[in-house]
Amino acid sequence: MGTGIVSRSVFLAQDVDIGITGYFHFDVGGHTLWITTTHVSLLIVMILLTVFALFANRAIKKANPEDVPSPFLNVIELLVELIDGLTKSNMGKRGVRFSNYIGTLFAVVLVCNISGLFGLRPPTADYGVTLPLALITFVLIHYNGFKYEKAGHVTKLFQPVLLTPINIIGEVATPLSMSLRLFGNILSGTVMMGLIYGLVPKLIQAFIWPALGVLHVYFDVFSGAIQAYVFCMLTMVFIAQNFPEDEVQG
Amino acid sequence: MMNGISSEAFVLGCSAIGAGIAMIAGVGPGIGQGIAAGHGAAAVGRNPGAKGNIMSTMLLGQAVAETTGLYGFAVAIILLFANPLVKLL
Repeated sequence: MGTGIVSRSVFLAQDVDIGITGYFHFDVGGHTLWITTTHVSLLIVMILLTVFALFANRAIKKANPEDVPSPFLNVIELLVELIDGLTKSNMGKRGVRFSNYIGTLFAVVLVCNISGLFGLRPPTADYGVTLPLALITFVLIHYNGFKYEKAGHVTKLFQPVLLTPINIIGEVATPLSMSLRLFGNILSGTVMMGLIYGLVPKLIQAFIWPALGVLHVYFDVFSGAIQAYVFCMLTMVFIAQNFPEDEVQG
Repeated sequence: MMNGISSEAFVLGCSAIGAGIAMIAGVGPGIGQGIAAGHGAAAVGRNPGAKGNIMSTMLLGQAVAETTGLYGFAVAIILLFANPLVKLL
C-alpha cells in the first residue's frame, strides 16, 4: 500500500497532504527503496525515546534512597509501577517478565500515535509499521504456547474436528486484526486532520486555532492513547491465554 | 464506452462511489459502541466505586468492536488512494 500512496493521490487537491511522501530513493538489487515520511518520523520518535531513556537511566543511577525523590524520578517510578501493575493484573505472576516488552511497546506506540501533534505524520499510520508490531505479538503468542502447552498447542486447533478451519483462520486473523485496528484508527485521524487543514484556508486557520486544537486532542491524543492501551492490552491477553490455568489468576 | 468519458475516469468515479458505500460499515460499530457506552453508564450507576475498571473494560471492548468499521475504512482508503482497479485498464 505504501508505494500506491507514494505514486498516486488521485482525488486530492494539491494542498491536502495525508499520504506518505517519498523523499528520495535508491536501488538495491533491482528493488527501489524509498525513504519516506514514515522513516523520518520513526527516527525522530526513536531519538526522543532514547534521550528520555538516557536521562531516566542517569536519574535512577544517581538516586539516593535516603533523599526525597525528585519530580522527574517520581514520574519514572510512576510509569514503571503502572506497567508492572498492568502486566501483573492481566498476566499473573508469569507476566511480570513481559513488563519490559509491554512497556517498550506502549512507549513506542503512544509516542508514534501522538506525534501528529508535533507536525509529523504518525509512523503508525503506515501498515508497514503496525504489521511487524503485530507479528512480534504473533511470535510471542505461539512461542509461549509451545513453551507451556507443548504439543497440546497444536492439537488444540483440532479440538472440535469440524471447527478446524475456523480455529486456524482465527489464529491467522489475530495479527491481521491487531495491526489493521491500530493502522486504521491512526490513519483515520490523520485523514480527518489532513482534510480539515486542506478545507480551511490558511488565513482562517489562524483564527479558529482553538477548534483545531480540540480536534487534535480528540484525533491524536485521545484516540492514540486508547489505541496504544488496547494494543498492549490485547498483546497481554493473547499471550496470557496460553499460560497454565491456575497461574493466570495469580 | 459512453461519450466523452474516458474509461479511467469511469473506473475512478465508480471507485469513489464504492468508497462511499464501503463506509456504511461505520453504522455497525457506532451502534455497538453506543450500546457498550450505555451499559457502561448503567454499570457506573449501580457501582460507582468500580468506575476505573468499568471504564477500561468498556474502552477495550469498544476498540475491539471498532475493528469491522476499520475494515470498511481500509477498503475505502485503498479504493481512493491505492486503487487496484485502474492498473487493470
